[in-house]
Amino acid sequence: MSSYRIQGVTGEWEVVIGLEVHAQVTSNAKLFSGASTEFGAEPNAQVSLVDAAMPGMLPVPNRECIRQAVRTGMAIEAQINKWSRFDRKNYFYADLPQGYQISQLYHPLVGEGSLLIEADEKAGIPADKRIGIERIHVEQDAGKLMHDQHPTMSYVDLNRSGVALMEIVSKPDMRSPAEAGAYVRKLRSILRYVGSCDGNMEQGSMRADVNVSVRKPGDEFGTRTETKNVNSVRFVMAVIEQEARRQVDLIEDGGKVVQETRLYDPDRNETRSMRSKEDAHDYRYFPDPDLLPLDLDDDFLVECRESLPELPDAKKRRYVEELGLSEYNATQLTAEVEGFRRFEDVLSATASALGKGDKDVATQVANWTLSVAPGVLNALGDEAKVENNTAAASAAILKMQDAGEISGGQAKEIYEIVLKTGREPTEIAETEGLKQLSDTGAIESVIDEVLANNADKVEEYRGGKDKLFGFFVGQTMKALQGKGNPAVVNQILKDKLG
Amino acid sequence: MTDLTDLGVKAIRDGVAAGTFSAREVAEAFNANVAAAQDALNAFIVATPEKALEAAEAVDAARAKGETLGKMAGVPIGMKDLFATQGVQTTAASHILEGFIPQYESTVSANLWKAGAGMLGKLNLDQFAMGSSNETSYFGNVISPWRKQGSNAGLAPGGSSGGSSAAVAARLCPAATGTDTGGSIRQPAAFTGITGIKPTYGRCSRWGIVAFASSLDQAGPMARDVTDCAIMLEAMAGFDPKDSTSLNLTVPEWTDGLDADMSGHRVGIPKEYRMEGTDPDILESWDNGIAWLRDAGAEIVEVSLPHTKYALPAYYIVAPAEASSNLARYDGVRYGLRDLPEGANLQEMYAATRAAGFGDEVKRRIMIGTYVLSAGFYDAYYNQAQRVRTLISQDFKAAFEHCDVILAPTTPTASFPLGDKSDDPLAMYLNDVFAVPASLAGLPAMSVPAGLNKDGLPLGLQLIGKAFDEQGVLNAGLAIEQRAGFTARPEKWW
Amino acid sequence: MSVDRETVAKIASLARIQMDDAALDRMVPEFNGILAWVEQLGEVDTSGVEPMTAVIPNHQRLRDDVVDADPLTGGGIRDKVLANAPAAEHGFFGVPKVIE
Ligand SMILES: [Mg+2]
Ligand SMILES: [Zn+2]
Repeated sequence: MSSYRIQGVTGEWEVVIGLEVHAQVTSNAKLFSGASTEFGAEPNAQVSLVDAAMPGMLPVPNRECIRQAVRTGMAIEAQINKWSRFDRKNYFYADLPQGYQISQLYHPLVGEGSLLIEADEKAGIPADKRIGIERIHVEQDAGKLMHDQHPTMSYVDLNRSGVALMEIVSKPDMRSPAEAGAYVRKLRSILRYVGSCDGNMEQGSMRADVNVSVRKPGDEFGTRTETKNVNSVRFVMAVIEQEARRQVDLIEDGGKVVQETRLYDPDRNETRSMRSKEDAHDYRYFPDPDLLPLDLDDDFLVECRESLPELPDAKKRRYVEELGLSEYNATQLTAEVEGFRRFEDVLSATASALGKGDKDVATQVANWTLSVAPGVLNALGDEAKVENNTAAASAAILKMQDAGEISGGQAKEIYEIVLKTGREPTEIAETEGLKQLSDTGAIESVIDEVLANNADKVEEYRGGKDKLFGFFVGQTMKALQGKGNPAVVNQILKDKLG
Repeated sequence: MTDLTDLGVKAIRDGVAAGTFSAREVAEAFNANVAAAQDALNAFIVATPEKALEAAEAVDAARAKGETLGKMAGVPIGMKDLFATQGVQTTAASHILEGFIPQYESTVSANLWKAGAGMLGKLNLDQFAMGSSNETSYFGNVISPWRKQGSNAGLAPGGSSGGSSAAVAARLCPAATGTDTGGSIRQPAAFTGITGIKPTYGRCSRWGIVAFASSLDQAGPMARDVTDCAIMLEAMAGFDPKDSTSLNLTVPEWTDGLDADMSGHRVGIPKEYRMEGTDPDILESWDNGIAWLRDAGAEIVEVSLPHTKYALPAYYIVAPAEASSNLARYDGVRYGLRDLPEGANLQEMYAATRAAGFGDEVKRRIMIGTYVLSAGFYDAYYNQAQRVRTLISQDFKAAFEHCDVILAPTTPTASFPLGDKSDDPLAMYLNDVFAVPASLAGLPAMSVPAGLNKDGLPLGLQLIGKAFDEQGVLNAGLAIEQRAGFTARPEKWW
Repeated sequence: MSVDRETVAKIASLARIQMDDAALDRMVPEFNGILAWVEQLGEVDTSGVEPMTAVIPNHQRLRDDVVDADPLTGGGIRDKVLANAPAAEHGFFGVPKVIE
């Protein structure tokens, strides 16, 4: 259980959080029209007659939008409703050309599901926790209003109007900003695994309505407020902190929390009431008579399920159980799509280069992709060329390292050159002299010299001063200019010192 | 030479094809009638004589080249001003859309132009198709070409397709498009002695038709006889991927299938339609219809539609509810009227624009629709109405176990004087009492002229068919048409 | 159920139809007349009856995810979209300034 508490004058308070995440469905065309969804077009350039709600225009749903929402539902192990339908949510606003939003209230496409947020001691999540998801429904996005272009007018751009959104509604299961942050991150990760949303919060592809209430631990739920359109994980957490604090102070001052819509101002880090939408509460939902109920057939559902990729939780389990990775590494590697894709590419390239099984090289590859490679990449910055960063190059480096031909340090150096130039790792090792010495004879003669030059230390070692072993290794490596294969050096030293 | 404006769709099309006269001559003749009648009948909001000529010339040229001509080749028609027509003002007879020039063509009108029809103009109607007398038009009411014997009082052409009915009856066009939400093709057809059919919901695309009530709206032809309706419906109907509710079925060759022999067919007479207060003339014409269909070989059976009484109130919940939402887009932002009082904010602009742009009846229905959908009332009103609608639909299904087509009056009375019911919304609504049940069930239904009442005004008989069975409806209509021998036409006073 | 003037005014505001006192005076009795009449639906026993969803049995078709497949429902037509706008400026629709 979360121990997150707000300290009030009357004691400790608990915060109760539910999130409604609006995620833009990845699709070429809009939910009910053929206009493009591409980001960043000229104002009103991606608006059809349908999106502009011209008289007599009618909606026809985009299969891909329905498919992606269903796949998302399956990814959170939710109930998929074969029969669902669209409703109209009626209100007047300049960004809403029809005077209603086509959404789903009574019969959503996706019913109850859940997702797992993982223990994160540092963040204050002591144990894994399953967060319930109430539903996912599909709906239209609204247009955009611009307020600062004209002294007395606002400008309306309908490019976003009609773009498909999934509204993913959680249960009020979260109890701390950290849990909410973890939930949004996990949800984002799942959406990106599934490919149903690009998760780009800066472009507005994902935004959260944050429902917050406070109560004394064990009491009934308090009255909640809804802070709309929060567009980063950090802001979601900030909203919860600010809103919980505000509500506690309000209640303790003898006030009452009003159920209302609020807006977050990141510059001031505070929420404020959105009075402009106050009278719009009676939405008069009713089934959209321009559309028939959705009746999904089995073939459609089978395709949705079969096209689902392995998802983060299952992947992590497999990494631990089948590849023998540590919990930590497995968590790191599966958190984001980019991470596991990189890992799996290098893994299969390395395994086949070495003629070994995935399991045999997994730990090595995990260390490489999680720490070694990013270290080099970060240090290089812009000098690294993405196109040079191939899985085959990494595999070739790891193969040489595995064979003892190069040291860890040499591996980094070679990788650096690969990233800058795109040259072959084996060729780099050869021509740049980045190989270790494994020739037993040559190493033996160097060791003999080291031992002869340090006869006194040899004496002391044999007298029981074990710690001196490292000294001999160091001296030998120094004499070999760092290119001696440590395993070979160790073995010969051990043999010679007896 | 015969007056070309006395000809119907089939006669014109065949005459043009045979070279008896040119399409251009036909267009010119109707253009002249349109212009001459405008002041008296007010049937058109905009006349487009140049469009009619342009289409006619294209047909004449195609014929000269020996090309295959379309089903409506050379036939100039009137277009109800609810259909968006590219480059031609489309208003739904409202102030809020005054001056609106669509950048697109409705599917149904596009289908008609493709079939070789031309446009004489945009026909007047009740505002947003809400009304039964054409008195709610912002552009003034249409006057029926009919008059009571011995009276010069202006009569209602019916509504909402009143411009269409008046124009066809007065020979301003051989045919016109109509739309029917709760009787808006059939009731005006009955009032003006013409024929009109509302096909099965989904036969004609709704794309580009200004929406009133989406689950009910359906376009259809209004013409002088059954054959003309069949021809025109073939041209109008068809699957449209732009309309989710469009039926993905090939359009039958209804014209080829016309057959007035009713032997082996059972005609249902719904006992609940014998309502108190129905005009005795209407009941008499109904009895005539029964006799004619029996004469055509049909077996007459009594059927029961027990929830008939509740159809109208259910309709007056469902239709306004949908309308309140459909009409929310008229907000002065993207097109149409904008009323921006000094210092008004966005929401005040909406309220001012809509107050100025909508007529009283439209406002009434938006208000009722808003109310029945509002928090706490949705279940009691809207859902209850949709449940009743299910029952009405089931009534029809059960009735059609015992019959193939249903015969009923189209309206409870003949046309009434303008102004008679305009102060009493409920009295006006009752006009559609016989028409609304088929609308609620999405069934094909048609009105055919059955004779004149004692005042010399036309009366219509209604045929209601099973879903998708327009053919059965047209055939029964034809059987009546052949026996009714309806040749009356309004005496020209305009 | 009869509704009062205040309720009617609230509905008018929800529907964004400005109504002055005279308009409200006319609307209230009409509104109540219609409501009283539709309320006869309450007599109908609809227990176990599903509200109608599709008037004619039909399947919701789903469109392919192709941009501008049909010019009538595609984008890239800004001029057409703005052609009838009461206030089109710099490619936008202009509205009175909204303070959020
Ligand atoms: Mg929300
Ligand atoms: Zn939403």
